[in-house]
Amino acid sequence: MTLARLWRALRRPWVARIGVIILLLCLWEVAARWWVDPMFLSAPSRVFASLPALFETRGVPAALRVTFWELAVAFVLSVAIGLAIGLALGLQPFARKSFMPIILLLYGTPQVTILPLFILYFGIGPASKIAFGVSHGFFPIIMTIVAGVQNIKPILLTSARAMGASRWQILRYVVFPHMIPSFFAGMRLAMTGVLLGVLLAELYVSTAGIGHFTTLFTQNFDPTRLLGLISVLAAMAIVLNEIVRRGELHFSRWHTE
Amino acid sequence: MVSRHDALAREPAASSNPVAVLRDFWQILRTGEFLGDLRVTLTELAAAFAIAASCGVVAGYLISRSQYRIRVFEPLFAGIYSVPIILFLPLYVLFFGLGPASKIALGATIGFFPIALNTIAGFGYVDRTLVVAARSMGASDLQLFRYVLLPAALPIILTGMRMGFTVALLSIIGSETIASLAGLGHRIVHLAEGMEMAPMFAYIAFVVAIAAILNTLVSALEARGRRR
Repeated sequence: MTLARLWRALRRPWVARIGVIILLLCLWEVAARWWVDPMFLSAPSRVFASLPALFETRGVPAALRVTFWELAVAFVLSVAIGLAIGLALGLQPFARKSFMPIILLLYGTPQVTILPLFILYFGIGPASKIAFGVSHGFFPIIMTIVAGVQNIKPILLTSARAMGASRWQILRYVVFPHMIPSFFAGMRLAMTGVLLGVLLAELYVSTAGIGHFTTLFTQNFDPTRLLGLISVLAAMAIVLNEIVRRGELHFSRWHTE
Repeated sequence: MVSRHDALAREPAASSNPVAVLRDFWQILRTGEFLGDLRVTLTELAAAFAIAASCGVVAGYLISRSQYRIRVFEPLFAGIYSVPIILFLPLYVLFFGLGPASKIALGATIGFFPIALNTIAGFGYVDRTLVVAARSMGASDLQLFRYVLLPAALPIILTGMRMGFTVALLSIIGSETIASLAGLGHRIVHLAEGMEMAPMFAYIAFVVAIAAILNTLVSALEARGRRR
């Protein structure tokens, strides 16, 4: 009886999911301890144990802070620029028809190819990372905002106008509430883009951010600290993504169809 | 800021006039000097995509065979997919070296997740009525797969493959830019570091054109596969 209950508890999907993760970590631990040269791979237990030492490494906390600021600034700028351009294009059919194809074309081109240009124009400091992150982040916001504004039922706009709403009132009470779900979907995509852009630029060349240390640890064959740093960054990315996703769920709840 | 802008304005090296770029673009096409780098990048892309597509489809199919496995693995894959995998590039360089192997491995990893997730979605959510109807008409396992599951799942899998192809291409060019010995991304960085602006812009235009052609090709193939 209790055994059957235990078995049922273990069969729950999230328990099994954690089981899979633990199994993978065990495999990694075994591989790192007995098969692979310690120059290249370090066991998860050692990585975890070295996390305090990583944070005491000179410059690492500052580098993490710099990278976090780059991400934050790039995200805020992407949202602001994307929102402004998206609203301008979404609310004016003429502007949309003229410029939307250009934006779609730019969105489709691989921006990695012009990464060296960003470094050339903005230097090797944080400015180039922010600029490159923004270049990845603001397109999805424009896309979703334009789509969101277009999806507003015309009858809502007509009736608001018929009841004598001013331009600002229409924006405030009709357009904005209807835009929120797509706006948050865009923010989620923008966060993914900003993370990709900033981290790519960091890895390419960096003076103060984490890119400097990933290069350093790779060149010194120090997989323990490299894995530790990558884990910390991955955790940071997961937390940032999760915040935006929660926001999306929270703010789009009213809009069920 | 002002002094840097002045410096940029005076320094012709930081930008280039379009005529010179066009001339160099033509030069690159005529002399065929791009062939070596293009071959490296395309070989890496082909290998990475082949690995990602075969592993992704097989893993996705195996997972999609039971509702329980879908509920265990789909959130796991989706979670990993939301982490920027480019972070692991230094590790890949450490394991596989600076050559093509690290690019292939990274491209394959990044391309794997959209393909696997879409394969799960494609096979996992086939309308039960169709499956039951085929079964009651006496379809064998093979017939069920060939005539019901595959046609229902194929459009979604193809979309996953297009997404996987695009991200694999991006990550391969990106990792060539960051650390490599050859390839188109490497060539652009090489020219940028030598401050040879006109040929650099010409190569950027070339890579953008190649990417556009490849993406159009893949989208066309996807559309064709969906129609059938």
